[in-house]
Amino acid sequence: MNDVEIHSRAQSGRVHAAGVAIKDLRKSYGSNEVLKGISLDVAAGEVVCLIGPSGSGKSTLLRCVNLLEQPNEGSIHVGGFDATDPDVDIDKMRRKVGMVFQQFNLFPHLNALRNCTIAQTKVLKRPQAEADKIARANLERVGLGHLADRFPDQLSGGQQQRVAIARALSMDPELMLFDEPTSALDPETVGDVLSVMRNLAKEGMTMLVVTHEMGFAREVADRVVFMDGGVVVEEGVAEHVISSPTQGRTKEFLRRVLDPTHIEIAE
Amino acid sequence: MAMTARQRARVSLYVQAGIFVVAVAALILATDWKTVTTNVFNFGKIGPMFPDIFFSGLKNTLIYTFLGFIVGLSGGLLLALMKLSSFPLYRWIATGYIEFFRGIPALLVFIAFGYGVPLAFGVQWNVAVVVMVSLGMVAAAYIAETLRAGLQAVPKGQTEAARSLGMPQWRAMVTIVIPQAFRIVLPPLTNEVILLTKDSSLIYVLGLTASQYELTKFGRDGISSLGAGLTPLLVAGAFYLVVTIPLSLLARKFESRSARTKR
Repeated sequence: MNDVEIHSRAQSGRVHAAGVAIKDLRKSYGSNEVLKGISLDVAAGEVVCLIGPSGSGKSTLLRCVNLLEQPNEGSIHVGGFDATDPDVDIDKMRRKVGMVFQQFNLFPHLNALRNCTIAQTKVLKRPQAEADKIARANLERVGLGHLADRFPDQLSGGQQQRVAIARALSMDPELMLFDEPTSALDPETVGDVLSVMRNLAKEGMTMLVVTHEMGFAREVADRVVFMDGGVVVEEGVAEHVISSPTQGRTKEFLRRVLDPTHIEIAE
Repeated sequence: MAMTARQRARVSLYVQAGIFVVAVAALILATDWKTVTTNVFNFGKIGPMFPDIFFSGLKNTLIYTFLGFIVGLSGGLLLALMKLSSFPLYRWIATGYIEFFRGIPALLVFIAFGYGVPLAFGVQWNVAVVVMVSLGMVAAAYIAETLRAGLQAVPKGQTEAARSLGMPQWRAMVTIVIPQAFRIVLPPLTNEVILLTKDSSLIYVLGLTASQYELTKFGRDGISSLGAGLTPLLVAGAFYLVVTIPLSLLARKFESRSARTKR
């Protein structure tokens, strides 16, 4: 592979994009049903934000998509993979699905560059030199090319999260999952991470994002899905759901999130 | 008469110092110095121990410890992985092994492999092999628990991140979890080496030839040949400290380093 190809692949996610089709998904922990029959489609190249109160099941739904949680019923199709088929090659599927965690989960014993190359060399069997180039291009892409030699504990939370995004991108995913990527960050570093995600969306990456950042959802998401109590309460065009929700629970949630000083007074 | 806190602290200090002085004085008065200087601190007669104590005693102690540690580390890793396995039989075997070997004296294991194996199988093992197996099997039980704790101390998110990148379970374990666990267990593992260094002396229960003597046996041999009483044993003890104290310092250094990098 030559430099130009690597460069273009790192610069534009348009080359590959995979959609997601979730149908009647159910997930229980013991007697506690967390997902009560969720159906959700994400088209290739689409950005969908999952919003809702904590405990609504949105993170569990996201984690089901790359099988970090095993669903009990229903089906999930990711790209060409049937995730709920017992015979699915789960590792092969996960190569196509990038995951970004709330707590970053960078590998602390590896520097930023190695964090981005380890799976390339061990999983995709890319030669080290090629992996290095791709990793550097992706670190550049998240604005951290100059910190490639730093270890995770030498980076701020926002920088760590951007390395985590570069690590996922280095695998050339066709879908990116974000699980509250800015919730563990200091307020001043949130913007950097969101702007990286915004650029990614512009480049045409398929993204499923669990977030509490309503501004980001309104601006970047094609669609917003509001979940509560394990079901999809309302979904639609971002602007509509956030600015003029139709369901009572959505209105209540957005009122609390958008106006944190609002205090509920018991009747 | 009321005392201030400072006065009370000073009185407490005086009392402690007084007890110490009395104890030392009693010890000095009760000691038979003539016997002690000929039988315990008789350093004039230990010349013949050198330089062999380096090339036989110390060398063999280090070799035996190393052999035991290698077996203990690999066996311990295997047992730790078995204990974390999803297959119940492996967990039971590992638990049984660990409880058994932690619960019996290491000396019994040395006797079992030194005398039991020749009796049962008609083969005579080399002394180094007996030490390696005996020390290694006991060490494996202790090291297994240390490693298991280390493996479990690596956050679950590390495995999740590795699996999300498409790594199979074993690859995530080898590339991501074990290297981190190893850093966590470096201090307790170093302490384990200290214990092994001392336990290597248990080989004395076997008949050894002079070239197989480790420090303790070497010292005991000196007692009978040098006519300096227990002095050779004192020298052997000092040689253990030469090995164990630096290891102890090393463990402390590892500890402070891992405390620093912990987030």
